[in-house]
Amino acid sequence: MMKIYLSMDSAAKALGSEEVAAALSAALEARGETAEVIRVGSRGMVWLEPLLEIDRGQGREAWGPVAPEDVAGILAGEVESLGPTEEIPFFARQTRLTFARCGVIDPLSLPDYEAHGGLAGLRRAATMTGEAIIDEMKTSGLRGRGGAGFPTGIKWDTVRMAHADQKYIVCNADEGDSGTFADRMIMEGDPFCLIEGMAIAGLCTGATKGYVYTRSEYPDAVAVMREAIIRARAAGVLGDDVLGSGRAFDMEVRVGAGAYVCGEETSLLNSLEGKRGVVRAKPPLPALEGFLGKPTVVNNVISLATVPVIFEKGAQHFADFGLGRSRGTIPVQIAGNVKHGGLFETAFGMSLGDLVEEIGGGTASGRPVKAVQIGGPLGAYFGREKFDTPFGYEEFDGQGGLIGHAGVVVFDDSADMLGMARFAMEFCAVESCGKCTPCRIGAVRGVETLDRIKQGDGAAVELLTDLCETMKDGSLCALGGFTPYPVMSALEAFPEEFGMAKEAAE
Amino acid sequence: MNPQPRAPQALPEVGEEEIRPLIDRNLHLEGPLLPMLHDIQAAFGHIPETAVPMLAAALNLGRAEVHGVISFYHDFRKAPAGRHVLKICRAEACQSMGGEAMAERLLAQLGLDWHGTSADGRVTVEPVYCLGLCACAPAAMLDETLMGRASEARLMAAVEGAE
Repeated sequence: MMKIYLSMDSAAKALGSEEVAAALSAALEARGETAEVIRVGSRGMVWLEPLLEIDRGQGREAWGPVAPEDVAGILAGEVESLGPTEEIPFFARQTRLTFARCGVIDPLSLPDYEAHGGLAGLRRAATMTGEAIIDEMKTSGLRGRGGAGFPTGIKWDTVRMAHADQKYIVCNADEGDSGTFADRMIMEGDPFCLIEGMAIAGLCTGATKGYVYTRSEYPDAVAVMREAIIRARAAGVLGDDVLGSGRAFDMEVRVGAGAYVCGEETSLLNSLEGKRGVVRAKPPLPALEGFLGKPTVVNNVISLATVPVIFEKGAQHFADFGLGRSRGTIPVQIAGNVKHGGLFETAFGMSLGDLVEEIGGGTASGRPVKAVQIGGPLGAYFGREKFDTPFGYEEFDGQGGLIGHAGVVVFDDSADMLGMARFAMEFCAVESCGKCTPCRIGAVRGVETLDRIKQGDGAAVELLTDLCETMKDGSLCALGGFTPYPVMSALEAFPEEFGMAKEAAE
Repeated sequence: MNPQPRAPQALPEVGEEEIRPLIDRNLHLEGPLLPMLHDIQAAFGHIPETAVPMLAAALNLGRAEVHGVISFYHDFRKAPAGRHVLKICRAEACQSMGGEAMAERLLAQLGLDWHGTSADGRVTVEPVYCLGLCACAPAAMLDETLMGRASEARLMAAVEGAE
């Protein structure tokens, strides 16, 4: 029977996939044709959403973006396709490890998940000692994908070695950075993968309870994750006896309430406990005193969702991809004013310019690229002169930036860089938890200082620079500490927009 | 903290007996306060003042602490919003596609400011910082319906189509 695949990812829905689904059933009925319609996650080619794929026994062929009125013609064979989905250059050039199943399988079918390699990692991990799991994690070289890049195996080992009557695995799914949607995509498109990764973390560290803390802005991801957990529990993947291992692990989803700062791990833990989401001073590390004061692994969604493939294919397979100390693959999210926006999973090492110009195809507006912001609202703006930078933790750091959660937001030449710097300060002021002064007061003063610069007060530039130093050195967490990245990088790359001669800033 | 241009209205009365089950059903959770607040807001469209002492008593907290939690999070309201809530993304990816100008034109058409509610109580417009639709910006969400590659015409039509 003909199989038809249609994405139900939030981005596809936002672009009309539900209207296409309705048109599809009507058109099938009108033709008297039967087909198995499978709702899947997104392949990540967002500019082609809603993406419709048809498999008539020869593999999956793609059409997109599809409007409801196109559907009848597609079924009648009157509309030329984009060819086999996996031969579309944007897709063909990727190395899909973490996102291997996303867009391919029915996200809530555990049999589909297993048929595509799912649970193999957990089965293997269940036969290993905690120590052996740690060795495997260290060999993989996996580093935290939330932005800080801390080695995941070392974090797990700290929790494993801690003595406590209760330990926790907390998944940080509070993906608030503009330009990022990888967490949302995997939760909506392959939720069992995250569950499996968390279960492996639990078996390794002796944690029996897990929480996924995600955003109220992600209602679809919440619904899919919750249903997947129910199904995993029914199948014995979660519960008192994980896959017959004799060990327990269970989990639930918690929803935040619109506070960006709760993506910071200690603030997240406070929020999870039902408190104001203010940042905690470190030490103590969450690995020793985390949720409810117990040893807690706090990992980003992508870090945890990458664990299953490491155990399925072996740590060395994963570590063989990458560049320098950045091992494996990274799901780069190409967003903003870009022609081919979407999720592009690739080994570390591709240059920023290739990602933006070749993969992304330049701007959507057709105007020249002026700058890109990498790593969300706390990430630096890179002008074209930094497009040679290879995608890697140390490489970006060396250029005064950070890869963060690997979101790349493209701006064309109409972007107002002083305005973007001001927005960074304004955002920090709105979202500051208020605990530390450099962030709480500094962000407000930053907005005022940028307004003075805009009015032509050149002397205020020095003040802004000094303020950024204070915020960077004196803030408790990355919100106040990294807001200077977008501000200072915009100033350094585009001094003339701040009323300065180009040389003066250098 | 959300200024409402609409004339202040008497808050709807919510009785303790309506709130009680929403507290009780979450009492077994670790860190139950946010789930309780979400349930209460889902039921009444805001967090009624009546709920504050009840939550404080149930969780052995001070009323000030409960108030502190409610006021910390952007999502929780002290008064109901309009019948529909339109959230428009103001974050960088949406700005790169002209989202800010689009939002301003829409607000002007509606005669509202951010956080404002239309006089007929139909819609409240709020800023949101990222809906995860950054590769199809600008983005917005009317209640729980997402819209990518949004325009003010499309948003206006959605608002007018909602009762």
